Amino acid sequence: MALTSERKEELTKLTKQIRRHIVKMTHHAGSGHPGGSLSATELMTVLFFDHINVDPQNPDWEDRDCFFLSKGHCTPVYYSVLAEKGFFPVEELMTFRDVDGRLHGHPCAEHIPGVDISSGSLGQGLSVANGVALAAKLDGKERRSYVMIGDGESQEGQVWEAAMTTAHYNLDNVCAIIDWNKIQLDDFVENVKGMKDFAAKWRAFGWHVVEINGHDLDEVDEAFREAKRIKGKPTAILAHTVKGKGISFMEDTHKWHGLAPNDEELELALKELV
Amino acid sequence: MTVQKAPREGFSEALIRLGKQYDDLVVLDADCAKSNMTNFYKDNFPNRFFNIGISECDLVGTAAGLAIAGKVPFANAYANFLTGRAFDQMRISVCYSNNNVKIVGHNAGTSAAQEGATHLPLEDISLMRSLPRMTVIVPADSLEMEKAVEAAYHFEGPVYLRVGKLPVPIVTNEDDPFEIGKAIKYRKGSDVTLISTGIMLDETFKAAEQLEQKGIQAEVLHVHTIKPIDVEAITTSAAKTKRVVTVEEHSIIGGLGSAVAEVLAEQQPTPLKRVGTNDRFGVSGKMPELLDFFELRAARIAKTAEELIDIALVK
Repeated sequence: MALTSERKEELTKLTKQIRRHIVKMTHHAGSGHPGGSLSATELMTVLFFDHINVDPQNPDWEDRDCFFLSKGHCTPVYYSVLAEKGFFPVEELMTFRDVDGRLHGHPCAEHIPGVDISSGSLGQGLSVANGVALAAKLDGKERRSYVMIGDGESQEGQVWEAAMTTAHYNLDNVCAIIDWNKIQLDDFVENVKGMKDFAAKWRAFGWHVVEINGHDLDEVDEAFREAKRIKGKPTAILAHTVKGKGISFMEDTHKWHGLAPNDEELELALKELV
Repeated sequence: MTVQKAPREGFSEALIRLGKQYDDLVVLDADCAKSNMTNFYKDNFPNRFFNIGISECDLVGTAAGLAIAGKVPFANAYANFLTGRAFDQMRISVCYSNNNVKIVGHNAGTSAAQEGATHLPLEDISLMRSLPRMTVIVPADSLEMEKAVEAAYHFEGPVYLRVGKLPVPIVTNEDDPFEIGKAIKYRKGSDVTLISTGIMLDETFKAAEQLEQKGIQAEVLHVHTIKPIDVEAITTSAAKTKRVVTVEEHSIIGGLGSAVAEVLAEQQPTPLKRVGTNDRFGVSGKMPELLDFFELRAARIAKTAEELIDIALVK
């Protein structure tokens, strides 16, 4: 069941809206992480609007699917998606990183509806996703566990400890989304500590691997469907993405990993997102 | 002759008892199930036991996920590897995220014995005490351990429980009350307060007896909960005796001694001495040999109390 052209149009509009939020929020705060938020925009939008089973009116609903943002610095896209989904008012996005607000630089489970784990120290999300998935199996529940991991983040050893656990317990209710944008804080991942054959690594760890263009809505949608179909092993969606995607001067550079646009740059960015 | 029993045995028995009562209790281990005696839980409840393998960080993160899904996970590993290696996971995935995870540090203190310095956790209390929201419990013996496990299960929030491996005398009593955060006064005295935690309660009792023979009346306060610490019990006793000695099977940096010093310095300035391991690593040896090596013995506790009394008299 492919995306209808109407749905694609709606999702495309949403991704533009979310990208506008991302640049406006980081501009408002004068800091934050636009690059890795823009690369994950299609992945997050399709997941939250078409696949994940959550209820914004009842964020702690006990049969909900869980999502964990392991690359916790990408709050601009996370908060935008949560707000557009209805977990909290969209206007609140403009309190991003404010000292008296709850939309901290990195997500805080205690304060933000829809956030199930605090993150920001890289590498921890998949273990947590496994825990929820184990409990779901134990309780005979259908609930699924999603986690978004960065490619640079995959230098953290815990990612691979956890990847072994997911496969060992045959947790086919876990879906890891790898935002493979090839860039980390300092430089290209390849120049810092390269992933070599990244897909082979996940396969060797016992995962079903789907390699997609993470900006193609059809491919993203189909990847989540495939992940649900695969039984007996977890699925890793390795999504090739472009850091800073959607704003020409932010694309494919580490410069915009953790830099906020100034007034002029914001204006330029918004012009590209009409 | 006092009955000897390993704290881990009491831990294991209590866990199984609770497991029969509550089906949300799940147990995780990091390939030390036999040593930590969580294997008995596995035998009883195979579906509710997860061996996560030799990966403490993953162990703690997985426990956090289980807690999010409404389980009450007890995550077990050797105390030093658990608190050292998985500190960040406890900080972010457990405490900051406010997940109801029970962290169980085994092989505590000198009970790692001949494994030597790498395995002797002498810093775990210090690390755990620094984490916001973490409750830190260090029981005295196997009997108190059973009560502590039950209290930890019923407590809503992260708990660190310190469990020793080797047999130690049972010095507490069946009817002694156990309430998280409430110190227990085991002996009344007027000249000095001996504040102990964990298995040092035994040597502290002996020290109090030795002091009595010299006409010194020692009050013995057992602090099984290092965080939140029982401020009232400590300041009340210190106000009365005017001298305090802390006793722990742990570094004097950051553990019970530090916690008591903080309380007294701010609220009831009182001369204080700390008995524990000094700023150093351990060595290999049988547990009694290690207790001798570190001088975690009644004689040193008594001598330290006497020195404090002398100093106070001079002043």
